[in-house]
Amino acid sequence: MASARYGQGPADFFDDNFQNRLQLSWVWLKWAIPLIVILVFLSTSFYMVDTDSKGVVQRFGRFNRITEPGLHFKLPLGIEKVQKPQVERIFKEEFGFSTLRAGIKTTYGRKNLDESLMLCGDLSVAEVEWIVQFKISEPDKFLFNIRNPQKIIRDVSESVMRSMVGDSSVDEVLSSRRVEINGEAEQKMQKILNLYDCGIQVVAVKLQDVNPPEPVKPAFNEVNAAQQDKEKLVNKAKEEYNKVIPKARGQALQMVKQAQGYAIDRTNTAKGDAKRFNQIWAEYAQNKDVTRRRLYLESLGKVLPKLERKYIIDDQVKGLLPLMNIGEE
Amino acid sequence: MQNKTPIIVVIVVLIVLFVFSLFLYTISETEQVVITQFGQVKRVVADAGLHFKLPIVEQVNTFEKRILEWDGNPTQVPTFDKRYIWVDSLARWRIEDPLKFFQTVRNETSAHSRLDDIINGTVRNQISNNPLIKAVRSSDRQMQVIAGIDEERLGGVDEIGTGRDGIVEQILAKAKPAAEGLGIELVDIRIKRINYVEQVRKAAYERMIAERQRIAAEYRSEGEGRMMEINGEKEEEEKRILSEAYKDAQEIMGAADAEAIKIYAEAYSKDPEFYSFLKTLESYEKNLEKAGIVILSTDSDYFKYLKSTDALSP
Repeated sequence: MASARYGQGPADFFDDNFQNRLQLSWVWLKWAIPLIVILVFLSTSFYMVDTDSKGVVQRFGRFNRITEPGLHFKLPLGIEKVQKPQVERIFKEEFGFSTLRAGIKTTYGRKNLDESLMLCGDLSVAEVEWIVQFKISEPDKFLFNIRNPQKIIRDVSESVMRSMVGDSSVDEVLSSRRVEINGEAEQKMQKILNLYDCGIQVVAVKLQDVNPPEPVKPAFNEVNAAQQDKEKLVNKAKEEYNKVIPKARGQALQMVKQAQGYAIDRTNTAKGDAKRFNQIWAEYAQNKDVTRRRLYLESLGKVLPKLERKYIIDDQVKGLLPLMNIGEE
Repeated sequence: MQNKTPIIVVIVVLIVLFVFSLFLYTISETEQVVITQFGQVKRVVADAGLHFKLPIVEQVNTFEKRILEWDGNPTQVPTFDKRYIWVDSLARWRIEDPLKFFQTVRNETSAHSRLDDIINGTVRNQISNNPLIKAVRSSDRQMQVIAGIDEERLGGVDEIGTGRDGIVEQILAKAKPAAEGLGIELVDIRIKRINYVEQVRKAAYERMIAERQRIAAEYRSEGEGRMMEINGEKEEEEKRILSEAYKDAQEIMGAADAEAIKIYAEAYSKDPEFYSFLKTLESYEKNLEKAGIVILSTDSDYFKYLKSTDALSP
């Protein structure tokens, strides 16, 4: 085969040319081998730790040291191995839902009812979605004490959240106890993770959407609507009240004021009349007879011209009346 | 050919290293090993690092040292108050005694199936010995409920105690010794999920719906009641204000009337005769109208001069 490739017979194989080629490749190898060895040494002796990470170095498998971000040396050829967990990064796990694409308009994937449907303390059912944020607090423990961190976080979080929700009524889970549940779940999770000594620190547990299950939702909405109806009725009644009462107050004030006006009018008139009478009487008393006659005559003088029909009858005449047709004209 | 010594050195070193490496093995922080010789257990090594062994005759069997997970399949269990629920439990365990582990279960897969038997059984026993409410709740905390909880639903339990946490503790206490026989330490057992089976869930939904409808009706009637109350208050207030004002007005006017009467009486009582004379004349002026007919006698004061002038003294 080789002969065919070189275009030479087998006899030529060990000729000078061949010797030369061997010599040449030997020279080449003489440099290449140490170079490769040096390269391998170098490339396995240095490593970079990113700013958000820490380096965990094991020598022959045994934990040796933790290194800070930057360029570091380690023993080459697999004697020392390094792992670089991201200790500064905050990781997030979602429960009951999943974010497909985060952004300004985040899109959510399918809901996971297996995870989110849970029993409440009053034996109702609620759909609870939440997230857990955590970070690696002790990288060596994180790497060496647990095998499947994600699974552990998810399991612990689910069991804790379910026990929290199980100890609250559906009304509390939906509104009043949310903040409390967040805080308590965080503490409980941390306690369990500490039991595993796994170097994970829970940063936050946050309830997201909490809803009644789909078939029950209309009934819950109905309650909200009823509550609003109630407010509406009460407000309307209050409005009516506020419309009527101030008006009545005004009306009352008006009545009292009118009465007061009447009273002033009445007493003043009386006083005026009395004064007038007193004055007339004072003069009259001085000359009673004349004044009396004058007043009488004046009065009749005023009255008689107004009357159209007057009959003056002599006091001697009797039986005149039957002759008159009074009121016939 | 005179420069071949370095190559030979390198090759020799490599061979020495290779032979040497047959005597060596490493254990990571995450592992522990059982050394066997032709199937016979020689020793257990749990220390991470570099270790010696006899090549070929001694075999290294590696086991996990980390905490491992066990996640059971959901099982359908009836509770003490005869409700059917799905219980999904999980556990954390570690190989505490690799020798025992190696001898009894050999690998994780079979360990899982043994744990299935141990944990599922214990969970089933404990759950079915407790009413549902105890498995769901974990304290005696007084819950806020809009609807109120009927006693029947709670299965006649008035004391929850430690609830689920207590049940889980019992499960762990019972399962732990059984697992120890396999060289396994059960670190933790938890109930992950408790859910109604399908039919019970439907019934629960119906109950929730009925409950909410009751609350809604309550709100509506509360609203109507409150409205009526306010309307009543409004009417009462209105009547009170107006009647009080009427009362005050009448009082004021009455007082004024009385005052007027008093003033008149005081003035006119000086000369009642003159008063009646004046008033009478005034009344003539006011009341005798154009169309009226008056018949007067010549005997009257006004006309007495009509017949003679000397009638001055009657």
